[in-house]
Amino acid sequence: MTPAAATAPALVAIAGNPNVGKTSVFNRLTGLDLKVTNYPGVTVERQEGRLDLGPHLQARILDVPGTYSLSSRSAEEQIAISAITGIPPYERPDLVIMVIDATQLSRNLYLLLQVLETKVPTVVALNMMDVVQRRRQRIDVRRLEAEIGVPVVEVSGNRGTGIDTLRATVVEVLSHPDRGIPGWRWRPEHPALLEDIDRVGRAFPESWSGGDPERAWAWGMWALLSVDESDELEGIPETVRREVLDRIRRAEAEGRQIETEVIQGRYEWIDEHITGLLSGDLESKTRTEHFDSVLLHPAWGFALFLLVMAIVFQSLFSWANPLIDGIDGAFSWLGTGIEGHLGPSLFRDFLVNGVIAGVGSVVVFLPQILLLFFLIGMMEDSGYMARVAFLMDRIMKRLGLHGRAFVPMLSGYACAVPAIMATRTMERRRDRMVTMMVIPLMTCSARLPVYTLLIAALFPPRRIAGIFGVQSGLMVAMYLFSTVVALIAAGVLGRFVFKGQNVPLLMELPPYRVPHWGSVVRMMWQRASLFLNEAGRVILLCTIGLWILLSFPRHPVLDVDYDALRTEVGANPDSNARTLALGELDARESSDRFLRSYGARLGHFIEPVIEPLGFDWKVGIGLIGAFAAREVFISTLGVVYGIESGVDEHSSTLREKIRAEVRADGSPLYTPLMGLSLMIFFALSCQCMSTLAAVYRETKTIRWPLFLFAYMTTLAWTVSFAVYQGGLLLGLR
Amino acid sequence: MTCLSDLPVGARARVVEIGGERNFRRRLMELGLLPGTPVRLVRKADIGGILEVEVRGCHLSLRQAEARHLVLQPS
Repeated sequence: MTPAAATAPALVAIAGNPNVGKTSVFNRLTGLDLKVTNYPGVTVERQEGRLDLGPHLQARILDVPGTYSLSSRSAEEQIAISAITGIPPYERPDLVIMVIDATQLSRNLYLLLQVLETKVPTVVALNMMDVVQRRRQRIDVRRLEAEIGVPVVEVSGNRGTGIDTLRATVVEVLSHPDRGIPGWRWRPEHPALLEDIDRVGRAFPESWSGGDPERAWAWGMWALLSVDESDELEGIPETVRREVLDRIRRAEAEGRQIETEVIQGRYEWIDEHITGLLSGDLESKTRTEHFDSVLLHPAWGFALFLLVMAIVFQSLFSWANPLIDGIDGAFSWLGTGIEGHLGPSLFRDFLVNGVIAGVGSVVVFLPQILLLFFLIGMMEDSGYMARVAFLMDRIMKRLGLHGRAFVPMLSGYACAVPAIMATRTMERRRDRMVTMMVIPLMTCSARLPVYTLLIAALFPPRRIAGIFGVQSGLMVAMYLFSTVVALIAAGVLGRFVFKGQNVPLLMELPPYRVPHWGSVVRMMWQRASLFLNEAGRVILLCTIGLWILLSFPRHPVLDVDYDALRTEVGANPDSNARTLALGELDARESSDRFLRSYGARLGHFIEPVIEPLGFDWKVGIGLIGAFAAREVFISTLGVVYGIESGVDEHSSTLREKIRAEVRADGSPLYTPLMGLSLMIFFALSCQCMSTLAAVYRETKTIRWPLFLFAYMTTLAWTVSFAVYQGGLLLGLR
Repeated sequence: MTCLSDLPVGARARVVEIGGERNFRRRLMELGLLPGTPVRLVRKADIGGILEVEVRGCHLSLRQAEARHLVLQPS
């Protein structure tokens, strides 16, 4: 070991196929302190943790995204190979832990062969041996180790067995790297193929291969399987690109298929050396297949999926509410407490109505977001999510998308920001863009309070036929409406904006497993912190901006001299009447001030645009406020209608104020028709700075956030207009 | 000879040839579906829908349209 290596903590990468329990092994090896960043250049999450190897040795452990192969088509898939081989700016790992699913040896070994080709010291963690035993099968682990030539450790990520042995083996291989590099290497036999690989390998610059001809060889093989006319890879040297395309053309002219030769060669090696190591009952139907005969049933499967979704939403509404109320209560208590301690000042106003209200409006989303991500995590970890994609493919196919695109859309029911980030796993940029552009249409948790308020205030709590409540029915209808619109929008955008051929679907249906709590909770927490970091900051800033809009100019010229009036009232000898009159004056003055604020001017300014939808300028201010986060609409209305403090969607004062609002001609402003128009506007418009910021971050251009905002606002305005004006024509109110 | 989309549910067969677009072919092969590999058709969703096939102990789903590119020899 060089002195430098002795001091700098070693870097261990953990790699494997998807669904092999890599995350649970990773979690077992690391503590709780994770550094979640992005890989350079692309927006793929990079997770680095600390690997405790005993008193004298510290290492860092890096989670490489799960993949079936190192060959790649997009910049996102390129991460796996770049992280394992360490081409700059990536750091080359000192060791790779390959997590292998013992129940699917040959497919897992395919990736292992590729990793071994790059000559990085490797330790194999053989996971899921308990499943092999339960199926009454056996694997000769010592012979497996002898065949592949690197240490193999049996582990159970879920139970935590074998992790100490894995640690010890990692320590051993870190100090004797040659023990993690097999003496053999799979080599193709076909001389023409050898020539192809050699030529492409030599086209790679030294920074990629580290000057090692064998690593250059591995790159050659990688490029022959990855580069073609339509790949989305980044940073591939032009010389390599030319050489690969030239080699593929030559091979085709000779009637050869390079990728078949390479892939078949690797699998032939695996079949010859490994497949015989698995023995026992290999034919029996698995539990999974029995489950799937119901869960993937064309009729039952879909019905059960709808039932699962119903349970998910039911639990969101009923379980999260007490927590939400608690958080609301805590923040208004804090605000009142501070108001009592500090004298009236601009700073106090800023602290209470700007900062605390802002933080509160972020934190109040957490219960629902955590709960929904917990349930989605359970669905993912148990293997059910792949079935959702399977069932939804029938619909998604018509829109030019994979069934899998529905999975990030599901997260959109919680919050668009983590859902937009979840599209990173999609193979094609086009599919990713389409999905990203429709996610904000899904009914996120911020729309919920707005619907709750409007439905409770404007629609009767009646039941139709004694079963279906009008109010809860409307809520379900809003969810269905948003989902259908999102699907239609995906179809339209895929057809006219992001053109591209339908790509074939190829998806694994992993075996069902009992979800692992640790992994699910961790996943939930990571996504929620994405929300807190990304959306939280934007929401906070916007709430403060809103406060400025509503409380400045600080000293507007008022028509009435309130101080003179106060002096007049102060002369009243009856103390009760005096207090009452003073309080009324205060409220009148603040409402008067508010009517002259920049926010009110902005509301008046946009009134002509929103009037045909049935809204007035006060609603307009609410809509401007909702741009920070949709639910800020409610607290803004609270300010607009001069309600003191602690306004939420369950506030009966706010409901009454809404019902009492009248237009200039004395007719009520908030009619059921106007409420519907307003809810539709909320469903379809992109009133969310955080979403726009997230899209900007993912696409790295201002073009797409602007497009998103423009198309959603136009859509919202048009549909609300049609509903409101159409309703008026039909004589509805 | 038949193709995967025409195989009856539950039947076993061996892969003879894989056609289709280069990238799709590559992905199929990397998941272990190669000439000579035994497969079993586990389920078919409905007409024109999706199907599930077992290969090397793992279950893959693909659309029937693409399953036509897989030429098989029933066993």
